Amino acid sequence: MTELLSVRGLRVDFVTDGGVAQVLDGINLDVGPGEVVGLVGESGCGKTTLARAILGILPAGAARVRGGEVRFRGADLLRQDPAVVNARVRGKAITFIPQDPSTSFSPLFPVQTQIMDLMKWKSPRAGDGGARWPLWRYPRGRYRADREAVLETLRAVQIPEPARALRRLPHEFSGGQRQRLMIAMALLPQPDLIIADEPTTALDVTIQAQILRLLRELVKARGVSVLFTTHDLGTAHEICDRVVVMYAGQEMEAAPTDAFFARPAHPYTRRLLASVPRSDGEIRDIPGDVPSLVAPPPGCRFHPRCDHATPECQARPALRALAPDHGVRCHHPVDGPVGAGA
Amino acid sequence: MSAAWFVVRRLARDRSALVGLILIGALLLAALLAPVLATHPDDVFELHPAQRLQAPSGNHWLGTDRMGADVYSRLLFGARITILIGVIAVGASLLVGVPVGLVAGHFHGWFSDLLMRVSDIFLAVPQVVLAIAIAQTLGPSLPNVILALSATYWPWFARVVYAETRVVQKEIFVESTVALGASPWRLTALHVLPNIASPIIVRASIGMGFTILTAAALGFLGLGPPPPTPEWGRTIAESREFLPDAWWYAAAPGLAIFLTVMGFNLLGDGLRDVLDPRLRRGRTPRDD
Amino acid sequence: MSGQPPLLELVELVRHFPVRNAFGRRTGWIRAVDGVSLAVYPGETIGLVGESGCGKSTLGKTVMGIHAPTAGDIRFAGREIGRLPPRQRRAIARDLQYVYQDPGASLDPRWKVLHSLHEPLKIHTRLSHAEREQQVRAILAAVGLPDAHLDHYPHELSGGQQRRVGLARILTLRPRMVILDEPTSGLDVSVQASVLKLVRALQETFALTYVFISHDLAVVRAMCARIAVMYLGKLVEVGDTALVFEAPRHPYTRSLLAAVPRIGGRRVTLDFALEGEPPNPRDVPSGCRFRTRCPLVQDRCAAEEPPLREVDGRRVACHFA
Repeated sequence: MTELLSVRGLRVDFVTDGGVAQVLDGINLDVGPGEVVGLVGESGCGKTTLARAILGILPAGAARVRGGEVRFRGADLLRQDPAVVNARVRGKAITFIPQDPSTSFSPLFPVQTQIMDLMKWKSPRAGDGGARWPLWRYPRGRYRADREAVLETLRAVQIPEPARALRRLPHEFSGGQRQRLMIAMALLPQPDLIIADEPTTALDVTIQAQILRLLRELVKARGVSVLFTTHDLGTAHEICDRVVVMYAGQEMEAAPTDAFFARPAHPYTRRLLASVPRSDGEIRDIPGDVPSLVAPPPGCRFHPRCDHATPECQARPALRALAPDHGVRCHHPVDGPVGAGA
Repeated sequence: MSAAWFVVRRLARDRSALVGLILIGALLLAALLAPVLATHPDDVFELHPAQRLQAPSGNHWLGTDRMGADVYSRLLFGARITILIGVIAVGASLLVGVPVGLVAGHFHGWFSDLLMRVSDIFLAVPQVVLAIAIAQTLGPSLPNVILALSATYWPWFARVVYAETRVVQKEIFVESTVALGASPWRLTALHVLPNIASPIIVRASIGMGFTILTAAALGFLGLGPPPPTPEWGRTIAESREFLPDAWWYAAAPGLAIFLTVMGFNLLGDGLRDVLDPRLRRGRTPRDD
Repeated sequence: MSGQPPLLELVELVRHFPVRNAFGRRTGWIRAVDGVSLAVYPGETIGLVGESGCGKSTLGKTVMGIHAPTAGDIRFAGREIGRLPPRQRRAIARDLQYVYQDPGASLDPRWKVLHSLHEPLKIHTRLSHAEREQQVRAILAAVGLPDAHLDHYPHELSGGQQRRVGLARILTLRPRMVILDEPTSGLDVSVQASVLKLVRALQETFALTYVFISHDLAVVRAMCARIAVMYLGKLVEVGDTALVFEAPRHPYTRSLLAAVPRIGGRRVTLDFALEGEPPNPRDVPSGCRFRTRCPLVQDRCAAEEPPLREVDGRRVACHFA
């Protein structure tokens, strides 16, 4: 495989009040070099947990990785020395754009302090040294080079007057500007992969359109891969090369964006797309509720709500390739364009 | 009732809260059963000059005082006074402070500012100093001690209730109840007050300890109920001239005050943890 | 639509909020709603759209009486209600109700569901317990909630069920008009679809008039026959949804519609041209408020504020529409 990131059979449990929730149930996911992959699903489907598992920032007390692997550039992040992952991968080769930029900056310090603090450790010029002293000084020459890189990146994300902007406090920026800063910070370490967790959910449509366009242009120009989680299908359509849809901790279907929206094969994908409000005013929902992850239905977790379900669905279907790049995990995939019955 | 039981069970799991619960339970038991538990129940008012200042022994577990009375028995009856002072003073502070806080929190205008500034003035003066001034002016007696303590403690409740009311008023369910057309009375009594009950209970528990400590200080300064009332603070004051020889005379009420105040504080902290839903959520993964 | 008198009529409605510095001195005004005139007719669903900070929620809450109007009239069923004394104003709530973004959060967390459902009837009627119970059960059937949930606390229900309870609570009074404030924001599409279906079914069952406040244009298009677009406290375009969506006349409406992702087509962000972000409502631009971001801007726009005027079957506030 030439994949940059390849998740295989990942299982993560969460210990909750009501019991052990099987939040990820044998997830497979691939992200190729320079590819923007959308991870689409409704809240509670496990997309944020998957993003966190890849970054290695699952809540230590509650989450348990039960199996599977997360291979990044060929090495399994779950089994590598955590110190090495921390020094070379997290925040450096894989960076993160959060959902809510307003809580991701400390309100007390100017943006400059916070960005340069990041660069001190994660700058591409920082080398791969292991843990260093917390009081280790920032070498002068590197500081100047890093600051130049920061200013250049801020210009790239279209922050006006970057040098002056750096001296401002986070609350002096609007939500859209803050998200631009977050994108800049994710690009600065020159990563191979950016994990963006619903980065435009908190924004207005016009701002969202600006940010999506900017993000796509920047990552395409720099050849960075992006794993973009979202619950909004329209957003996924705008930014992604390929879309993976998740339901209740299982991946259901993975396809190139065009095929995903034009010829979805999994019954869940079809119903999900059908529930998007249509201009003719027709509204179709998915009957039933998302299952409990503490006692999930066996096999395909969508089968209790699925029209096509048979007893066979009590066992998890294997991956079925409909086209070279279009895989579906369903015993009864539907063929045909959207609208031809879900 | 099940809610109260739930709280007690939660408290019992937290070690320091459990200690507080046991201490307060022991205090209540001592006060209730004082006549039964006391070895010399009559000594509260009787004098036995022949037996004065005897060291702890089988007959007098905690020794005797300068009048020859049994320190242990007087301690038990002192618990009654302590609880009486604490409950009435905190109760009166609640009755004044909670409505003041609710009114000031509900309305936005000069009147609520006025209420809060008045309580700020009370808070600005150290409680002990203010209580001494009041008790001094009115003369030493049990009702006056209680009055002085209530007059100085209500602003704490007003502050807590005011702050919590402001927070709850921003909650959507309160605003939506306004939109439903509910009157301010209904809103405050049925929606706001039940939702700020937890901090009030916590503050009341800590306030009991605080008030008892201040009451003891007033008693120590001779501003408490007059002798021969077995008030703990007064007992310590009396014992001073016999130190360090008659150490038990001062140590017994001192320890009682210390344990009581600590008990209420531990209970208050434990209640805060149990009643605060944010903290509760954080704790559940380990608890269950 | 014409022929019937409007159920709700706003005439030059204004709501400003004072901005104060640390010492309580007033340093300016946030002009959240700044002269809005709008008529809502019985039985219709009108969509009120705009981005965050445009004043659409403030407008809804001012109509609802949560904020007092700074100036202008609110006429409900032919009666001015903006300046009524508190007791009479509260009585209006029986006919005019407000649904919060998350109806679940509008339930007191310490009250059982049944208790919360009885409350509106306790406030506005003198019905006996049995009569109230009967009404509540009828509403529950309409929103599709099993009776078994009545004995629960809100946090024991799922998000969708909480929303149903929140809607049921509003409807026990049988209001004539309901203001829905972002009823589906933050919901997943499939849940959103269920909620929209329910909202639509309830309108038919109870003959409701809706003001549908939303930032989601796709939802508004599916739900509303008429649409009013707001920008910085003013209406910029009002008209039939189909007409406005087909051929928007105000440059802001055009940008707003252009920003909505359209599944299956060309990526809209490729052609999206609107620059910048809305100005602070504390100091709005002179003249036309959109001029700082408008692609068609000319000198006249800074000098002269465009009034809402009839253009091509809808009302538009632009000199060049």
